[in-house]
Amino acid sequence: MKVLVTVKEVATVDDEFEIAGTEIDDRFLGADLNEWDEYALEEAVQLTEDGVADEVVTVTIGPEDAEQTIRQALAKGADRAIRVWDDALADVDLLDVGAKTAILEAVVAEEEPDLVLTGVQTGDDSFGATGVALAADLGVQWAAVVNELELDADAGVASVHRELEGGVEELTDVELPAVLSIQTGINEPRYASLRGIRQAQRKELAAKTLADLGLEDDDVAAELTLTDMYEPETETDVTIFEGDASDTAGQLADLLRDKGVAQ
Amino acid sequence: MTDVLAVADHRRGELRDVSYELVSAGRELADAAGGELHLAVISGPVEEYAEKLNREGVDAVHTVSHGEEFNHDVYTQAISQLVDALEPGFVLAPNSVNGLDYAPAVATQLDRPLVTDVVGVAVDGDTLEATREMYGGKVETTVEVDAADGAVVTIREAEWPPAEGTGDAAIEAFDAAIDEAAVGSTVTGFEEVAGGDVDIADAEVLVSVGRGIEDEENLELVEELADAMGATLSSSRPIVDAGWLPPNRQVGQSGKVVTPEVYIAVGISGAVQHVAGMKGSETIVAINTDPNAPIMDIADYAIHDDLFDVVPALIEQFQ
Repeated sequence: MKVLVTVKEVATVDDEFEIAGTEIDDRFLGADLNEWDEYALEEAVQLTEDGVADEVVTVTIGPEDAEQTIRQALAKGADRAIRVWDDALADVDLLDVGAKTAILEAVVAEEEPDLVLTGVQTGDDSFGATGVALAADLGVQWAAVVNELELDADAGVASVHRELEGGVEELTDVELPAVLSIQTGINEPRYASLRGIRQAQRKELAAKTLADLGLEDDDVAAELTLTDMYEPETETDVTIFEGDASDTAGQLADLLRDKGVAQ
Repeated sequence: MTDVLAVADHRRGELRDVSYELVSAGRELADAAGGELHLAVISGPVEEYAEKLNREGVDAVHTVSHGEEFNHDVYTQAISQLVDALEPGFVLAPNSVNGLDYAPAVATQLDRPLVTDVVGVAVDGDTLEATREMYGGKVETTVEVDAADGAVVTIREAEWPPAEGTGDAAIEAFDAAIDEAAVGSTVTGFEEVAGGDVDIADAEVLVSVGRGIEDEENLELVEELADAMGATLSSSRPIVDAGWLPPNRQVGQSGKVVTPEVYIAVGISGAVQHVAGMKGSETIVAINTDPNAPIMDIADYAIHDDLFDVVPALIEQFQ
């Protein structure tokens, strides 16, 4: 069984930052492997360790800079990686779900995985929709927000728990092949070992353009345009306790005593 | 004239609150687009749901009677057929776990743009202007969607007030032709997250800890504070994901909703899913180094300082 995991390098934002146009100024940005994708990757690697999967391939839509993050995923146990980028994508402010799906669909057509795992959402644009849209595009089954997974490869069924709101989980059987979007907490993502990091340097990381995948610029034309970005207005008039830690702790303690909730 | 079709959310025999919020959001969008508001309610006791959903501003409720519980294949097929029949410009769904399990498939099937987790809507001609957050709520954005051929939109829960009053909507049964062969997933049951010995929903004072605590061994510090104050310890999601506290301590959309007299958020940034579970607290205190953390927007009192300095000082106050 082959498992394809979508892996995104997301931007992380400093506590203090400035906005330039419709972007956060580069000076205040870092980069990291999307948290939800880490759990998806770990789940896939565990499937190989359990003898259920034979190969874990990651796919990333991102520029060459993202390779450092992709190597992290390889160091954590993925067997090889695919990175898709193109000049046509470089100018897009916000790559929408349709564009991402078109690219991933082309990769799935080449790789023919039995199972695709995605993170539930990304920490930057948070659409939370790529996995389900991809499945619908491919005409295969899916489940969103999966926090427990048991695979019966012979029967071709994935038994999943979907994490609903309010501490309730839904138990669902999904026919394979399928796309599952993975929620945090499903497992404990491993740290990359030194050996893993060394091995990752030798693993295949294939760069592909849209043309390599048989796609044209129009296939990834954005239907959504980012036109404004600003810091949200604060709605409350929060009282800030000023001073050093013993001052602020004293003021907070007084408040709590006044409210009669602490002695 | 662009009509709106909003899809109600329900679970285990009850409409979820977001269904009434969808009525408000749907009415707002329909007014902006100069059209009617249609609701769809699919599966379960649809007649009963339709009566409840018949609130002010609703023009029609379409019931699709099929099975008891949510199934994304049934929803996707039924909504696509309703769209073919009613030709609404906008399809509105909740940005709930189930909404996110069918809305992207509906958008794909209808070949319409999709914009999710929307907190505000406006319409300008054929363009939908949606307000969304990015980077965990650190920024808000305006996204323009070419909606000449319609769009699918999911709205964030608790952003619109629930619709009230009684409407005079036409309630109509819609006979969707569900292709059972295309239903590839089956819900086999539900499970409640383990309860444990403590119910944080009962606590008057919660000391709640988040990612800012950095290491499991540092939890002891916050436990000590909760003990000193006679408070109950709770947490945000990452602490439970890491296995540092059991699931029954988790406050938030997927955990417990709490309404204590005092909620002290220690090292919690205030992701929207967390805020959904604690914003009803009477007094909210935030201890966080980041003055721009979203938790500050709902806090009544705040200390912008390192929790590793403040918490020990606070423990001293109560010893």
